Amino acid sequence: MHSNDYYEKHQVPDIAIAVEKIVKRYGDFEAVKGVDFTVARGEIFGLLGPNGAGKSTLIRMMTTLIPLTSGKATVAGYNVAENADAVRHMIGVIPQALTSDPDLTVEENLNIYAKLYSVPRDERAKNIQEVLEAVDLVKWRGAQTKTLSGGMRRRLEIARGLVHNPHIFFLDEPTTGLDPVSRIAVWEMLNNLRTTRNLTMLLTTHYMEEADKLCDRIAIVDHGTLVALGTPMELKHSVPGANVVEVHFDRETPEWQARLEGLDDVTSVQAQSAGFYRVLTTSGSRTTMQLVELAASLGETLTSLSVQNTTLDDVFVHYTGRQLRDEQVKPPAFTLPPRPGARP
Amino acid sequence: MNRMFAIIEREMRKFFRSPMLMIMSLMMPILQLLIMGNAFGGKIVGARVAIVDYDHGPQAVKLREAFDAIAVNIKTFTTVEYQDEMKAREDVRTGRIDAAVVIPAQYSRRVYAQSAPRLGIVVDNSDQFTSSSVESEMQLVVTALSTPVIQPRLANSIALEIVELYPYVNYMKFLLPACVALAMYISVMIGGGMLYIDDKARGVHEGYLVTPITKFELVFGMNIAGAIKATLSGICLTVIGSLMAGLGAIFDPMVDLELLALILATSIAFNGMMFLLMVRVEDPLTPRAMFGVLNLLLFYPSGAMYPVKAFPVWLRALAVVDPFTYCVHGFKAILLKDGGFAAIQFDLLFLSVFGIGTLLIATPLFKRTL
Repeated sequence: MHSNDYYEKHQVPDIAIAVEKIVKRYGDFEAVKGVDFTVARGEIFGLLGPNGAGKSTLIRMMTTLIPLTSGKATVAGYNVAENADAVRHMIGVIPQALTSDPDLTVEENLNIYAKLYSVPRDERAKNIQEVLEAVDLVKWRGAQTKTLSGGMRRRLEIARGLVHNPHIFFLDEPTTGLDPVSRIAVWEMLNNLRTTRNLTMLLTTHYMEEADKLCDRIAIVDHGTLVALGTPMELKHSVPGANVVEVHFDRETPEWQARLEGLDDVTSVQAQSAGFYRVLTTSGSRTTMQLVELAASLGETLTSLSVQNTTLDDVFVHYTGRQLRDEQVKPPAFTLPPRPGARP
Repeated sequence: MNRMFAIIEREMRKFFRSPMLMIMSLMMPILQLLIMGNAFGGKIVGARVAIVDYDHGPQAVKLREAFDAIAVNIKTFTTVEYQDEMKAREDVRTGRIDAAVVIPAQYSRRVYAQSAPRLGIVVDNSDQFTSSSVESEMQLVVTALSTPVIQPRLANSIALEIVELYPYVNYMKFLLPACVALAMYISVMIGGGMLYIDDKARGVHEGYLVTPITKFELVFGMNIAGAIKATLSGICLTVIGSLMAGLGAIFDPMVDLELLALILATSIAFNGMMFLLMVRVEDPLTPRAMFGVLNLLLFYPSGAMYPVKAFPVWLRALAVVDPFTYCVHGFKAILLKDGGFAAIQFDLLFLSVFGIGTLLIATPLFKRTL
C-alpha cells in the first residue's frame, strides 16, 4: 500500500501516464493513429471502444509489450521506448488472456511472479497474503489454478499484477467473459484497491456500464483514433438531448422517422429495428406525452415506451455514428436459407 | 539470476505436476525397444522348404537327412515332399512354401564321380531376410557334405580366425542407444517445443514479458529447464532400457559418470536445436506438424538403425551435422563397448558446441516483445 508520502518521497510524478501522438503501424495498416492523453496519479482511466478499435495495442505499447512506431509514451515518469525496464518495475499488467499457469496453485503462481519482479524473500509471503486477502482468494491459495472458476481466475490475475506493489495498474478488458455477478465483484474489488493502495489504473473495456461505473475519465477510441475524452458526466452532457425515449410501435411505417424528428425538443432519432426508435430529447416528459398523443391521433398502438437519461451508448453513437454493440456482435458470414414454406 | 531460477522453478513444477509428459516421452522409446528389439533381433524359424527329389540315390538320402537334422535342431525350416519341380516353383511364387530344393537326376552319380554335382534352390527373394536365412543354412549343409571324410595333412585353403571383442550383441542391445536418444528428443520436442509454443499461444509469455525479466534470463531459464527435463528422460530410459536389454554396464559407477556426461551434453544439444527451430514459431500446430519430419530427418540418418558407412554421400553429410549421430555413437561406445571417456570425447565436444552454438544463434532471434 502506498501513501501519498510514498509518492512524494519517491518523486512519482502527478501525471502517471502521458501519451503524445502515439502511432502503431503494421505494414500499411495503422492500428493507432496519433493518440494523445494523460492520466493523473490515482485516477481510474478507461479506454472504451469496440473490438479492433486499437485499445489493446495502446495498452501493449504503454506496457512495453510492443514497440511504438512513432510518438512518445511516458509511464511513471519513464519513457517507455528508452527505459522499458524501469517502466516494468513500476507497473502491474493484467493482459486480456488468462496468463496464470493452470497447473500451478494460486500461491505458486503468485510466488513465481513475486520472484520475477525481484520482490525480496522476506517480503514475498507478506505481499502474497495481502493480495490474496485483497482479491478474496485466501482459502483457495493451495488450489490448482485450473480448478478455479472464471471469476476466481480473473481475481488471481489481478492479485498476480499486484504482488510487487506497482504504482500503475494496466488492465486489458478485465471482465471479459465473466458473468454479471463476477463482473460486479471485480468492479468492487478494483474500487477498493484504488482507495486502499492509491493505485493509478488504466483499463480497456467495451462494456459501457463498466466504464461508466468504474472510470473517473473515459477516452473513446475508434479505428485507432481518440474520438472523445472526459468524465462520464462530461461525455453525456456533450451529447445534445438530456433524455432518451425508447418507443416501440406495433408496426413499422416509413413516416415514423420524420414524424418523430418533427416533435418538439427532439434532437435526434435513431431507428433500432422495425417500429423501434431511440429518441434523444431535451425534455423526456414532454416528448413522451407528445408521442402518446401522436399515436392516439393516428390510431397506432404503442407496445412499449420508456424514458431514461443519456448513456455512454448514446455518447458512442454521437461520436462514432454507430452503436458499440453493433461492433461487438457481428452478423454471421453465412446464414442458412429459410426452410421451404416457412413464413418470413 | 533469481528471475531465471523462477522460470526454471515454474517449468519444473509443471513438469512434475503433469507426469503424462514424462510417461509419454518414455512410452514410445520403451515400446520401440520392446517391439522392434524382439521383432528384428530374432532368427527365422519354421520356414517351409519343398524337396523335389529326382535322384533318390544315396547322396540324395544323405542330403535329406541333413535337412531333417536342421528341422529338428535349429528349426530354421521344415521340409515338405514335392514330386514336381514346376508345382514347387508355383507354390513358392504363391507363398504356400518359402523355398524349394531340387535334387536333379544323376546327382548321386555325379557326387561319386566328382563331376560338378549341383543342387537347385528356388527362393522367394521378395523377402530377403527369409530367403537369405534359408540360403545360408543350405550353404552350410552343402559345405559340410563337400568336406572330404579324410582331411589332408596340410590345409590347402586360407582360414580366417575371427576374434569378437565384445560378447554377443543382440538387436535389443543394439537398439538401446537409439531409444535413449529418441526419449530425449521426444522430451525436448514436447517439453521444449510444443509446451513452449502452447504457452506463447495461451498468453503465458505475455505475463512474463511485462515483468522486468531480461531476455538472457528468460531464454536461459527456459533452456536450462528443458535440458533438465531431457536429462531426466535420458536417465530414466537408460536405466529401464538397460534392464530390459540385460546390459549390466549401468552398475559400474564410472560408466554412470560417462553416461551422465553424455546425457547432459545431448540434452543441451537437443534443447538448443529445438529452441532455435521454435524461437519464431507462433502457431501451436507447427511443432506438432514438425514432430514426424524432424524425427525422420534426425533419427534415421544417425546410424541408430543402420550403419552410417552404408549411406550414400548426401545422407552421410546429413549424419555428420545430426546431433543424434554423436549421441547414438556415444551411447554405443559406453553401453556396448565400455570405451570410456576416450571413446566419447569427440561426441561430448560436438554435442556441447552444437548446443551452445544453436542457443547463441537463437538468443538474438528471441523477441522480448510480442
